[in-house]
Amino acid sequence: MSDENQTPVAPAAASAAPAAAPATPPLEVEPPSRWRVTFNEIIGGSVMISVLAVVLAMVAGGILIAVTDPDVQKAAGYFFARPGDTFVEIWKSVSGAYVALFQGSVFNPTRPDFVAQIKPITETLTFATPLIAAGLGVGLAFRVGMFNIGGRGQMLIAAACAGWVGFTLHLPWGIHMIVAVLAGLIGGGIWGGIAGLLKARTGAHEVIVTIMLNYVAFYLVSFLLRTPILQAPGSNNPKSPPIDSTAVFPDLLGPQFNLHFGFIFVIAATVFVWWLLNRSSLGFKFRAVGINPNAARVAGIDVKNMYVYAMLISGALVGLAGVAQVLGTVQTGFSSGIDAGIGFDAITVALLGRSKPWGIFIAGILFGALKAGGFAMQASQGIPIDIVLVVQSLIVLFIAAPPLVRTVFRLPDPANPKKPKTRTATPASTTTGEAVTAK
Amino acid sequence: MSDSVPSSNVTTNNLAPTGSLPPTEHNHPDAPLGAPARVVVKSWKAPIAFAVFAIGAILLFVAFGRDGDSTFPLSTDSDLIQLPAVVLPTRATGIVIAVLLVLLAAVSAWMVASARKIPLWFMAVFAVLFLIGFLTWASAGQSIPIPGLLIGTVSLSVPLIFGALGGVISERVGVVNVAIEGQLLAGAFVSAVVASVTGNPFVGLIGAVVAGGLVSFVLAAFSIKYLVDQVIVGVVLNVLVTGLTSFLYSQVLTNNATVLNSPPRFDRLPIPLLSEIPIIGPTLFRQTIVVYFMYIAVALVFWGLFKTKWGLRVRAVGEHPQAADTVGIKVNPTRFWNVMLAGAITGLGGAYFTLGSVGAFNKEMTAGAGYIALAAVIFGRWDPIRATLAALLFGFASNLQYVLGAIGSPVPSEFLLMLPYVVTIFAVAGLVGRVRGPAAAGRPYVSS
Repeated sequence: MSDENQTPVAPAAASAAPAAAPATPPLEVEPPSRWRVTFNEIIGGSVMISVLAVVLAMVAGGILIAVTDPDVQKAAGYFFARPGDTFVEIWKSVSGAYVALFQGSVFNPTRPDFVAQIKPITETLTFATPLIAAGLGVGLAFRVGMFNIGGRGQMLIAAACAGWVGFTLHLPWGIHMIVAVLAGLIGGGIWGGIAGLLKARTGAHEVIVTIMLNYVAFYLVSFLLRTPILQAPGSNNPKSPPIDSTAVFPDLLGPQFNLHFGFIFVIAATVFVWWLLNRSSLGFKFRAVGINPNAARVAGIDVKNMYVYAMLISGALVGLAGVAQVLGTVQTGFSSGIDAGIGFDAITVALLGRSKPWGIFIAGILFGALKAGGFAMQASQGIPIDIVLVVQSLIVLFIAAPPLVRTVFRLPDPANPKKPKTRTATPASTTTGEAVTAK
Repeated sequence: MSDSVPSSNVTTNNLAPTGSLPPTEHNHPDAPLGAPARVVVKSWKAPIAFAVFAIGAILLFVAFGRDGDSTFPLSTDSDLIQLPAVVLPTRATGIVIAVLLVLLAAVSAWMVASARKIPLWFMAVFAVLFLIGFLTWASAGQSIPIPGLLIGTVSLSVPLIFGALGGVISERVGVVNVAIEGQLLAGAFVSAVVASVTGNPFVGLIGAVVAGGLVSFVLAAFSIKYLVDQVIVGVVLNVLVTGLTSFLYSQVLTNNATVLNSPPRFDRLPIPLLSEIPIIGPTLFRQTIVVYFMYIAVALVFWGLFKTKWGLRVRAVGEHPQAADTVGIKVNPTRFWNVMLAGAITGLGGAYFTLGSVGAFNKEMTAGAGYIALAAVIFGRWDPIRATLAALLFGFASNLQYVLGAIGSPVPSEFLLMLPYVVTIFAVAGLVGRVRGPAAAGRPYVSS
């Protein structure tokens, strides 16, 4: 949005960024206010990089759309006779795609009434709900130095538990929903906790165990969906009966929108993870283990127990995503595809959000928008929704490599204008220093 | 420690060369540091695992034993040397095997109690016995053709083995390779398109090598040049390649399927004498040329890693890049080229999907094989031969389910499908335990 703004201010931010670790402000005497820190971050570093990364990824996606568009290819066939045609077709295909993406995810002015016009933004939030929940789970595990690829399995087990409570028990309104949510959280937590427990007690690698548990959960739920435990009575399809109306998440904005109460749960979960990581003693131990497990052990932290607790909580958070799917988005009964790939999307959400709770929240909404818009794009422009995966992954790649984005946009390196290599070389040194000073 | 260490402080520099590096999946903080070599740790994990399986065997083979005969044909109709089929009485075999398993479990407990180490062959014997028992039990009154079981195992394992080899090389040189899935998928896609356009599967094979190498190039560029966490790059690359190939498939390939997505397939190429050996011949020597490339690749990677200068350098860079740098090995170029090599090998595995087994490319046709290959790498403790065996185990397990599904097994098919993954969890937790990967895997190297 502001290349003029960016360039002159960057050096000031440059001095601020390295100084953040020792907690001695560079110029002002008074400690920098939170607003000031945020401002510096926006101008100097990560937020601007994030915005530019999104722009870059959208450009790359646009190129892909244009190149594969049959009309563009046709026009390019007589490029030297009438080059204008090619550019017109490129413009048509790319702008058509992105206008559809915007109209499908934020605001659609072509619709007749206001409710229909703002429906896309609520769709975005609906898609974002499970993404944020699962992203929080994966991100929490990242902060403890563990890689939870088991989102799929945890979501499936959580969905099965919550769903089972949802259509088998018959409890009064409200209580039923809470019991179902709790059942889901416990199910997801146990499924994640198995990986943590095995890592802590036997040293089994959590990457292997979570991958394997994905498959185990998938086949277990598939099996249960063929038995009377989960299968809808009188049906031959491997699908569960619909959830009782007492257990479903109520609509937040009325029946004309799909946005459900799960979004409130997700906001609460975000606040909880923020509190856990930044304000609680357990979270401090988590981060210590994540930064340096050996140092954490020497400092008297029970590293093994931290692995178990982290995976329990991580699994429960991912489970919340499964619960939101079953009780919120798909209330008419679920099949074994209920996870809808969210367990894997969550990894990119957590990476984009840099494993920080509010970062994940924003990243989840962005990816929810891409998903909601992607479906609209597929419907109206015939562009396969897979383009969303491309754009998502490019965003994460570019954000993960700020030097690349800076090279593309010819921005100065805020960390060290003269010798870019030595500074970027030790990104972890600041975090280590932070941990030491925090102690 | 993260700041430059004074040059006088040489000892600390040696002991803690990687103080400021971010945690990745290969940190093993609980591993005992510098434990004396003489101490024999009594680990009861193996006997407990054996006991669990033995009890399972008693329940399954004896308590829920089935009557009838289990037939195992050992030859196919086209074999020159015809072996008679083995016929086992189901219940009696089950009882014998259950007793043997209990005995073996008891022996293992005795070995641990008297502080002996349980050898690997002991575990292998146990596993094979359990397997024979299970097959006999599952095929009561039916027949399971052994050659078919093994041939299917090999063909299902091929992409896993190529992927595992790529993973082993990449991780040995110090770059965690989660992008195996992406490399396989890219190899499958490009080889299908190239082979369809040129009409020559060998050109398709080259295309797969290039495609896998390209994915690796991105992995290497981001993780070595831009110092992005390698696991992150790997995961994101998988998503990127999945999205890209699915998008191009829907947008381009489906409209021009005859031109772009009808690759010629490699024919089976029986090796003259070897293919007539009973059981082994049809399994190993009546395969496509990709499979023969795989045998060569496994041997070459093993020999190269452990017997050549190249391998020594690769391992040095992966274990202790600082030391390697000190003796004049260029750490980052070594990593770069070997990660590319790993991607190229993995790409061949991707080509097997389109040119060897399935035919046309399809959306997400690798279906998680890359992640299984990654598990095989860790399961095989970063050793090419062991990783190959682990990949074969996964291949066998998935094929077993097809075979048992075909004869109508008494177990719900979902549990059979689940079996390989459950066994892997048990194996990783009970038998493999704390594995130690290449020390510097996952850590970028920046010379100061």
